[in-house]
Amino acid sequence: MTEKFDAIVVGGGPAGCASACVMAKSGLNVLLFERGQYAGAKNMWGGAFFGPQLKELFPNFREEAPVERFVTRHTFSFLTKKGSTTLDFKPAFSGPPSDNGFIVMRAKFDKWLAKKVEQAGAIVVTSMLVDDLLLDGGRVTGVRIGKEEFSSDAVILAEGVNGILAQKAGLCSGVSADNMKQGVKEVIALPKQTIEDRFNVNGSEGAAMEFVGSCTRGVPGGGFLYTNKESLSVGIVVELGALVKNRLKASDLLEEFKEYPDVARLIRGGKTVEYSAHLIPTGGLKMMPKLFSAGVLVAGDAAALVLGTGLILEGANFAMASGVAAAETVITAKKKNDFSETALRDYERLLREGFVLRDMHTFKETPRLLKNTRIYDLYPEVVFEVLENILENDGKPRTKAYKIAGKVIKTRVGFARLLSDLWAMRKMT
Amino acid sequence: MKVEEKLALNKYAPATQAHITVNKGLCADCDLRPCVYGCPADCFILKEDHVSFSYEGCLECGSCRIICPKGALQWAYPQGGFGICLQYG
Ligand SMILES: Cc1cc2nc3c(=O)[nH]c(=O)nc-3n(C[C@H](O)[C@H](O)[C@H](O)COP(=O)(O)OP(=O)(O)OC[C@H]3O[C@@H](n4cnc5c(N)ncnc54)[C@H](O)[C@@H]3O)c2cc1C
Ligand code: SF4
Ligand code: SF4
Repeated sequence: MTEKFDAIVVGGGPAGCASACVMAKSGLNVLLFERGQYAGAKNMWGGAFFGPQLKELFPNFREEAPVERFVTRHTFSFLTKKGSTTLDFKPAFSGPPSDNGFIVMRAKFDKWLAKKVEQAGAIVVTSMLVDDLLLDGGRVTGVRIGKEEFSSDAVILAEGVNGILAQKAGLCSGVSADNMKQGVKEVIALPKQTIEDRFNVNGSEGAAMEFVGSCTRGVPGGGFLYTNKESLSVGIVVELGALVKNRLKASDLLEEFKEYPDVARLIRGGKTVEYSAHLIPTGGLKMMPKLFSAGVLVAGDAAALVLGTGLILEGANFAMASGVAAAETVITAKKKNDFSETALRDYERLLREGFVLRDMHTFKETPRLLKNTRIYDLYPEVVFEVLENILENDGKPRTKAYKIAGKVIKTRVGFARLLSDLWAMRKMT
Repeated sequence: MKVEEKLALNKYAPATQAHITVNKGLCADCDLRPCVYGCPADCFILKEDHVSFSYEGCLECGSCRIICPKGALQWAYPQGGFGICLQYG
């Protein structure tokens, strides 16, 4: 192919689709490559999309996009071998659903996104794995697939977590397993009505449930359960480095997770229809690669732009916002016909002005603090024991709650350690 | 439910060529064999004296690439269009 494109986008996930859409809408000549047979074929997640990014890009997405359910109920559970403690957040729900969580399944959702990219005027080519970047004197000038070369003024790498091309381009020096979490998940089919009855949701309402505690056997991470229209997404997310150090397998942890009474009750009678796995870059700012260099920009997971605070895990909205910022940078660069590294510096400025790099900075200590294993093995048990002792009635005269809590904390944690953990955790979420 | 049974539910476009290859010579001095634990699809199986690898059930997560301490893996995604084809995701 001899035609030169204004921009080539590698990857048809949220980052790539958002960037291709914005560039195509502004009149740029855009080509997007996706290695799956269709966009979404390789992508899995929890998951729910948070924030207004979708609406900003696609004002009609509520009518058009394949949204499974809107998150109207969010639960956080501490799991222990003895039982669980759950916080159940369910705002009174009236009027149109808020932007705070749209549950989607990636195989359908990303396919829809890619269709929007085509409608915006970009060319989307699926079943194409970009093998390499074309370089000319240190400047990226296009991509190579097999023997074919495609040239462009700019390349946006939205290739997701493994960042193979970003590494080849020298933007990233490699990743450590301590900065990665592995997610494994089953999609479990259940009738719509059963889901609504079991989860106490109606119509398009849905539940997002997070679990920490014994389900990861002391490995940083947690379990999750999301309601789709006619299935549940049930999975485990665990730090890869600690997982293998402890000689544990995520697939075993998932099986155990499904047997916890809290979970077993909800998935009962369901039929597993798919099993998938994916990594999440959770090292935060410290693992962020170089975001751009002459002719190339990195967006989304490939740039490690994911926020995991222990209470929330957001990546898709960061991916979209960074994709948009990369697109805007390329649009400006095209006007000046300057794709040098200096010209692309705008990208970082845009990310700093928006929430992407600000959030990454606000939570820059979080990845380190989340490695405190007491969060996963000790504290869930402490919470449970305190409540157990308060609620138990053994016929003897009662003790005040604060005294019970004091005693459990003293024997299980120690006040000094609790205080130091709490002091550290103030920076965490 | 066994991993094997779960993988059987997935849809794949099977490639005839392996996208990941193992330099088995390097595995000989690998004591911890993290790939055996880190692979969510049980592609690496610990046999009596070695680790056997099969690429067919691979979920393309990239974990083995990161955790192999010996650099024994030649790792790539399958050729475009091949490999796992998620129906739900
Ligand atoms: C278990 C789990 C739960 C999660 N839960 C949530 C959640 O609830 N909410 C949330 O916001 N985020 C969640 N995330 C994170 C979120 O999924 C990612 O942050 C997001 O998908 C990143 O988007 P992306 O476009 O950067 O990358 P991806 O979505 O990974 O897209 C990359 C695309 O590039 C393609 N590709 C890769 N290499 C090439 C190549 N060489 N040539 C052509 N194509 C290529 C891939 O096939 C893929 O389609 C979760 C992740 C996991 C694993
Ligand atoms: S981790 Fe690497 S070197 Fe060790 S057994 Fe597995 S493939 Fe071989
Ligand atoms: S990429 Fe993932 S699923 Fe495939 S062999 Fe490696 S660890 Fe296993």
